[in-house]
Amino acid sequence: MTPRTLFDKIWQQHVIASREGESLLYVDRNFVHEGAFHAFFALAKEGRKVRRPRQTFATADHYVPTVGREHGLAGVIDPEIRGMIELLEHNARENGLLHLGIDDPRQGIVHVVGPELGITQPGLTITCGDSHTSTHGAFGALAFGIGASQLKQILATQCLWQKKPKTLRVVVDGTLVAGVGGKDIILAIIAKIGTAGATGHTIEFAGSAIRALSMEGRLTVCNMAIEAGARAGMIAPDDTTFRYIEGRELAPQGADWDRALQWWRTLPSDEGASFDREVHLGGSALEPTITWGTSPEEALPVSAQVPAPGEMAGADKREHAISALAYMGLTPGMALTDIVIDRAFIGTCTNGRIEDLRAAAAILKGRKAVVPAWVSPGSSQIKRQAEAEGLDRIFTEAGFEWRASGCSACAAMNGDIVPAGMRCASTSNRNFEGRQGKGARTHLMSPAMVAAAAVTGRITDVRTLL
Amino acid sequence: MQPFTTLTAVAAPLAIANCDTDKVIPARLLRKLRAPPHGYAPYLFYDMRFDAQGGERPEFVLNQPAYRNAGIIVADVNFGCGSSREGAVYAMMDHGIRSVIAPSFGDIHYANEIQNGMLPVILPEDTCRKLREQLHAKPGAELSIDLEAQTVTDPAGESHRFQIDAIYKERLLKGLDEVGLVLEHLPEIEAFEKKHHSEHGWLA
Repeated sequence: MTPRTLFDKIWQQHVIASREGESLLYVDRNFVHEGAFHAFFALAKEGRKVRRPRQTFATADHYVPTVGREHGLAGVIDPEIRGMIELLEHNARENGLLHLGIDDPRQGIVHVVGPELGITQPGLTITCGDSHTSTHGAFGALAFGIGASQLKQILATQCLWQKKPKTLRVVVDGTLVAGVGGKDIILAIIAKIGTAGATGHTIEFAGSAIRALSMEGRLTVCNMAIEAGARAGMIAPDDTTFRYIEGRELAPQGADWDRALQWWRTLPSDEGASFDREVHLGGSALEPTITWGTSPEEALPVSAQVPAPGEMAGADKREHAISALAYMGLTPGMALTDIVIDRAFIGTCTNGRIEDLRAAAAILKGRKAVVPAWVSPGSSQIKRQAEAEGLDRIFTEAGFEWRASGCSACAAMNGDIVPAGMRCASTSNRNFEGRQGKGARTHLMSPAMVAAAAVTGRITDVRTLL
Repeated sequence: MQPFTTLTAVAAPLAIANCDTDKVIPARLLRKLRAPPHGYAPYLFYDMRFDAQGGERPEFVLNQPAYRNAGIIVADVNFGCGSSREGAVYAMMDHGIRSVIAPSFGDIHYANEIQNGMLPVILPEDTCRKLREQLHAKPGAELSIDLEAQTVTDPAGESHRFQIDAIYKERLLKGLDEVGLVLEHLPEIEAFEKKHHSEHGWLA
């Protein structure tokens, strides 16, 4: 039998029909958040219902405020934002979906909650009307973001016509040094292949540096596969994956667990399986990596200088860099460590998990932030876990605000924004112009690097504070 | 879905590489309902089109008299990358834009355009640059797109052929409803589900 990739195996197992270069793909798990209202409106307008309500899960994350949550929905002041949260609750109730609303103890960011509850599992096809759905691929699932129209189709049919993507294997070998993790790996990959480097492809991340990552680290890597343009990012499931899933609320139990495990162990790419493309990155030489511009590909090791657009290859890259430097207020040649920050933000579907909070707290312990800073844990469960570990006290003693869970200043839809002209060290995934608020300047980096920047007031190599 | 066959319209040049969907419609406007008569049209390229007071920025292409009624945008590489927000397509459609011509597109956005009866046209980077130069030289000039023939005709009368998957072309030409296209296969879906869920009972 021809050796197959992890992607091939999942794809083939979910194809129902094919025609002219497209396949009808079955969707095992679908997630919705407040932004799904367009899809639910269209569904209702066509007189349709959710065909498989047990396979769609709703969580309020994009619009929930991160302060005043003890008052629940009543604490949401902006009527438009409250309306969005209510609309999701209404649509979930009308269609019989499991709904993790603003008050639910399991509420959190969709890409944190899926894995946390055991909904995300190896071998599954997973969709959500959110581009960072690629996150779930960390479990060896095929997970991708869709728009409202395709979401409506999945709600109505549990299927989707899809063109088969090409495959790209990104191999990261070597041993990471202390202070370097999943965020640095993925920023370095995006810098290497570009923000459109994986367009039309599914990436499988492989190699010893990937294998050595915890599930949290793998989730961070797959989360930002979309920032390289990829349709999806995946990592082969292994014992690290299985240990994470076992015993979670919606994970298979008992005899089902044994059957699942047997299946999951067959999923990793076969020896000799071929990929359409392959890229290699040395892990041992990686430094903490940050973005300097307004595209995730505009990233460099922390020891570097702000680049000169004139020295860059490619007219489009040069033009983008010129406008990026103007927007970011930076001068070519200045050391990245001379960039002074105004805000620090830790959280999001990229870096809001317990390991991320621990890494930041390890830097903050006994130190003080010199800029306004806040943490929004990726889920309400993580928030409680961090409190049980005493991390909340470390953050608050360091001057961070300890907030509730939501997308916060990553999507910047809930009112959490970075003021115009202000520069934010952020654990989020997009440094686009205006992403964290109109005129806001974003530098993407790991949670430990944000903590280091918060206590020094400038971009700082976290390895000097370990 | 409204079919797409041919379109002759004023085209606006937009030379921004990696124009993400946050630029097409900022996140804070996505909570708006898509209500008549203007829908999402007022929000298109909001932060580039309007200043802090809501006044038009005269330098932005769609604010210039010649391009106000543009039905086509000629963009740069990786148009529509980033967020999956379909609001980006709604804003363009509601503004009257039915086609974006670019060297490449973000995958999710490309699919969103097709789903709504917009035509994403992929032409080489040099061709797109030349088209933008022509549109700058002759503000308000029109391009003609023929989906059946897979051509874009520029103001000089030169025709540029583009590739599009046969399945997307058919869907756009006929304005096919995708839910209908899926439900044609309902018996196969049910048979698949039965087998899939008997093998993996915990997924049902």
